[in-house]
Amino acid sequence: MSGPGRRVPLTGDNPAFRRALIGFVLVVSAIVIVAPLVAIFAQAFSLGVDVFAKTVGDPDTQHAILLTVVTALIVVPVNTVFGLAAAWAITKFDFPGRRFLLVLIEIPFSISPIVAGVAYLFVYGLQGLLGPTLQDAEIKVIFALPGIVLASMFVTAPFVARELIPLMQAQGRDLEEAATSLGAGGWRTFLSVTVPNVRWALLYGVVLCNARVMGEFGAVSIVSGSIRGQTNTLPLHVELLYHDYNTVGAFAAASVLTVVAIVTLVAKLLIERRGAGRSPQAVSPADQPALIKRAA
Amino acid sequence: MRIRLASVVKTFNTFRAVRGVSLDIPSGELVALLGPSGSGKTTILRLVAGLEFVDSGEIYFNEENATDIPVRDRGVGFVFQNYALFPHMTVAENIGFGMKVSAVKRSRAQIQERVRELLGITQLDGLDERFPAQLSGGQRQRVALARALAVDPRVLLLDEPFGALDANVRHDLRRWLRGLHEELGITTLFVTHDQEEALDLADRVVILDKGHIIQDGTPEDVTRRPVSAFAMQFLGDVNKFGAIVTDGIAALEHGVTVAASGVRNGPAEVYVRPADLQWSAEAPGLPAHILRVMSRPGSRRIVARTDSGETVEIDVDQDHPAATGDAGYLRIARATVFAADR
Ligand SMILES: Nc1ncnc2c1ncn2[C@@H]1O[C@H](COP(=O)(O)OP(=O)(O)O)[C@@H](O)[C@H]1O
Ligand SMILES: [Mg+2]
Repeated sequence: MSGPGRRVPLTGDNPAFRRALIGFVLVVSAIVIVAPLVAIFAQAFSLGVDVFAKTVGDPDTQHAILLTVVTALIVVPVNTVFGLAAAWAITKFDFPGRRFLLVLIEIPFSISPIVAGVAYLFVYGLQGLLGPTLQDAEIKVIFALPGIVLASMFVTAPFVARELIPLMQAQGRDLEEAATSLGAGGWRTFLSVTVPNVRWALLYGVVLCNARVMGEFGAVSIVSGSIRGQTNTLPLHVELLYHDYNTVGAFAAASVLTVVAIVTLVAKLLIERRGAGRSPQAVSPADQPALIKRAA
Repeated sequence: MRIRLASVVKTFNTFRAVRGVSLDIPSGELVALLGPSGSGKTTILRLVAGLEFVDSGEIYFNEENATDIPVRDRGVGFVFQNYALFPHMTVAENIGFGMKVSAVKRSRAQIQERVRELLGITQLDGLDERFPAQLSGGQRQRVALARALAVDPRVLLLDEPFGALDANVRHDLRRWLRGLHEELGITTLFVTHDQEEALDLADRVVILDKGHIIQDGTPEDVTRRPVSAFAMQFLGDVNKFGAIVTDGIAALEHGVTVAASGVRNGPAEVYVRPADLQWSAEAPGLPAHILRVMSRPGSRRIVARTDSGETVEIDVDQDHPAATGDAGYLRIARATVFAADR
């Protein structure tokens, strides 16, 4: 960048254009993003804090929150382990089908969640492939927690892996090879060399995965059956309340999800900042002469 | 410890990176693997370390067949080309890592003591709390070396140890590493594509090309008695002239001849180092004219073109009066002759 004195003219660097572009982005953001967010909280509190508290305190809403948290508590750790394992396998080993696996992991991103839900119904539903077997064994997958967990897992499977793979690919295998040549075993290498070097990307993936699990609607709506107080997750509950013409209730529940989203956003920003300044403390000026002297 | 490679072959997919390499490195020797990029140097080093496994052939450590011993248990110290220091660990933690994960249990105090000792050996005192990102290239290189030495390796393997350093640091480190080798006496194999580095540092130089060993000998052997045109060219600048050999005499143009005992009759190539050519204002010799004169510390290099159109380079004394445009004659003081490929 040029100093404050003379500016090198850049392409499109013309004051009118710049103002128009920034104005356009601000207006669109306001209409598309800010307005709905404000509306959620305005509606949620439109009848006062008491009504809001009562709606959120409603047993069905409480159950929906609990179910959502339980789902996240199962899905996020499972997908974190899966993501680590997949990223490790793809980036540190050569095996036939590596590329195929890479594509496979990305499928949930490109497929509509509703399709995933229907697919699960087809496999595990009563009329599905495994339906009769599961029924004989008295295992309930569809319209129960396992179905919700499976659908959520499918939808969020790529989140952790996708954050890790590019980073681990860029880092190569040298560090692991160095650790092994120094006598470290596989686990030791993984825990004390691989994980510390991807920790910010890992955390970032976990946070995004969590946000998506808690917010997932499409796939879960198919497999859960939305039984109030039983298989209703928070996003599904929002829809139910809305269809009941309980606008305040719907928005109150939605505001809980929004808070999750905002917390996620803050966490993401913090992680990005820590991750960017990843090298531990910069060299202090006092150290500088010693460094130069040694190098000379 | 003595290292022996017997007909080692390594193929990646279909690419034959190492094609039957046999090598015997006596205990305590410092050996350079020298060759152009892609000649298989790193692959050989990784095979010795156990970071890759051979397709066929054997690797012996003393009398023990080490071919299938995994890298963890081979007891080698490997210094990677880019050092591969653990970025999230301090210098002291990097050096101590091998001792920490070792099957041989050491107390924290023992590890600290050994780390301090290694910091001293590698002249890194006072840098133990630094992170790798806070070090210069030469310091990183020494941390990598200290880390490899910490596990008391039976063999030290170094991949292009000075490749990433600037010329001055490189020169000093080379001398220092030679001193360290003499002090510790660990059998050491290092890879380089820089002939000067190999000749400077090693007891023995192994010249590689396309996965084959071209020549294996002392620096004196390979420089004075190169076995092929490749070795001749790879070890330094060289001029090439066409000639015809008849009964041990190579005849160039303009009646110039050089001795070529043992070379078969027929077309041949005469190789002459720039320092072995002389520039003279008078005949006899190969007529030529000067294109350019370059000054170097202690000498001058003349770039000249012969009348038959070949460009040659000649090293002369720094006081030599040659100037661009001069015409004169080339005389050959010493030459190496190889029969031309048929
Ligand atoms: N893991 C690998 N997979 C495929 N080809 C490789 C691999 N490692 C090395 N090669 C190939 O083997 C040849 C020799 O490589 P290398 O030993 O690294 O050469 P050098 O160190 O002499 O430059 C190169 O052509 C390189 O492309
Ligand atoms: Mg190499």
